[in-house]
Amino acid sequence: MPHSLIPFLTLLKRDLTLAYRHRGEIANPLLFFIMTITLFPLGISAEAQLLQVIAPGVIWVAALLAALLSLETLFRSDFEDGSLEQMALTPHSLAGLILAKIIAHWIISGLPLILLAPFLSRLLFLPDNAVPTLILTLVLGTPILSLVGAIGVALTVGLRQGGILLSLLVLPLYIPILIFAANAVNVATADLPIAGQLYFLAALLTLSLTLSPFATAAALRISLS
Amino acid sequence: MWTFLQQLSSPPYFYQLAGRLIPWLAWPCLAFLISGLYYGLWVAPIDYQQGHSYRIMFVHVPAAWMSLFIYMVMAISGGIALIWHMKLAEVIAASSAPIGASFTFLALATGALWGKPMWGTWWAWDARLTSELILLFLYLGIIALNSAIEDKRTASRASAVLGLVGIINIPIIHYSVIWWNSLHQPPSITKFGAPSIHLSMLIPLLLMAVAFKFYYATVVLMRARCEILERERNSHWVGTLITPSQNS
Amino acid sequence: MNEFFQMGGYAFYVWTSYALTLLILIANWIIPLKQHQNLLRTLARKLRRKERDHVDPNP
Repeated sequence: MPHSLIPFLTLLKRDLTLAYRHRGEIANPLLFFIMTITLFPLGISAEAQLLQVIAPGVIWVAALLAALLSLETLFRSDFEDGSLEQMALTPHSLAGLILAKIIAHWIISGLPLILLAPFLSRLLFLPDNAVPTLILTLVLGTPILSLVGAIGVALTVGLRQGGILLSLLVLPLYIPILIFAANAVNVATADLPIAGQLYFLAALLTLSLTLSPFATAAALRISLS
Repeated sequence: MWTFLQQLSSPPYFYQLAGRLIPWLAWPCLAFLISGLYYGLWVAPIDYQQGHSYRIMFVHVPAAWMSLFIYMVMAISGGIALIWHMKLAEVIAASSAPIGASFTFLALATGALWGKPMWGTWWAWDARLTSELILLFLYLGIIALNSAIEDKRTASRASAVLGLVGIINIPIIHYSVIWWNSLHQPPSITKFGAPSIHLSMLIPLLLMAVAFKFYYATVVLMRARCEILERERNSHWVGTLITPSQNS
Repeated sequence: MNEFFQMGGYAFYVWTSYALTLLILIANWIIPLKQHQNLLRTLARKLRRKERDHVDPNP
């Protein structure tokens, strides 16, 4: 194993272990995701035809909000007990360590959404032929949510009213993901090609994967100063 | 050049220089504004398609241009502040955000006022309107972040990061909204998009655009002076600055 | 002249737009102006207070 990977993997393992010990906290955004989706049929109509039209948008909006809720846990406890400062002082690249934390966060918050989505799409009568696309967009899209969100969390981590501010900062940046992902699922219900939308999501993922750790590192150093 | 830049970044020097520059920017602004209003409201002929309502364009389009221009200025000076730790750039970025937000709001409001008689609706999910709305959200986020962090220097560095993230995202958001819009919107709405514009209408448009540029320069310097005074309130030069008023 | 103010029936939309523009331009100009005056005043007051506190114990 290359030497530089060791701190990365250690941190990843540590974050996952910590998350496992606080299982309840992980479940909260997921419950939120499920409940939000349940509210839409109750608020709009139980008609299958209407629901299946709005299903992609509803699932994706709920995923955005659930990701937003879980984001705060990304740096908070490490900030409060000072371990974030320690990380910033280590000789290892801060961006690399942050990437490990973001990946851990995605495994905790994004992956369960992907596993739940097929079941929730039943609740909204999403046609069978669109379910694989829904999963595919979530696989490509939820990591972007964690990556872009990390920049926002890093900027607001030290603030008292960080939560509401975080949503103001991050939600506008989520708009392209919402547009392409929800549209891909919509188009898939009509059995039309969706390659373009998926390529765009993949491009966004690549872009955020390369830039976000560095922007987050810069933002964290500012918040820690 | 370098020494000039260094001199410029010294707060007392910039404070004095800005104070002297402001009238030289404000008077041309007023001149361009008045002539723009005169040509736009009085001289420019009526549009055969839209009647007099097209005159809203003379404030709407320059405001929309300014909203993007000011964001660029803000993000670039934020970048300079991050890389070279230049106080002056921080001040310019912090002072630009509220002005840019108000121009964005103005573009949206006049867009609605133009849309009502032309499209029959105050709001349409038209690509440009939607991206302008998202731009307003980006501005408001930066302003909120700026006011949430108490230490002014930390605040401007944090907003600078957000501004730079925003400037990478603006083209992505813009093109995604255009693409989304082209799928959902009947194309009839954008038919007033970009017809070749007659000279008598172009002149007031350009006059107003120049007036808004001068206006921004004036107001950003005014705000920057306040910002500098507030940041440097405990320094010696601010003390000597207000001593004369103390005797009176 | 009357025709000018009527704007061919679009008076409300055109004049509201221009009024809003002027309002925003003036507001953005007044706010820093007032802020600057207030700042100078508070800073001067603070300086005076400091100087008085310095002088008092001496004589």
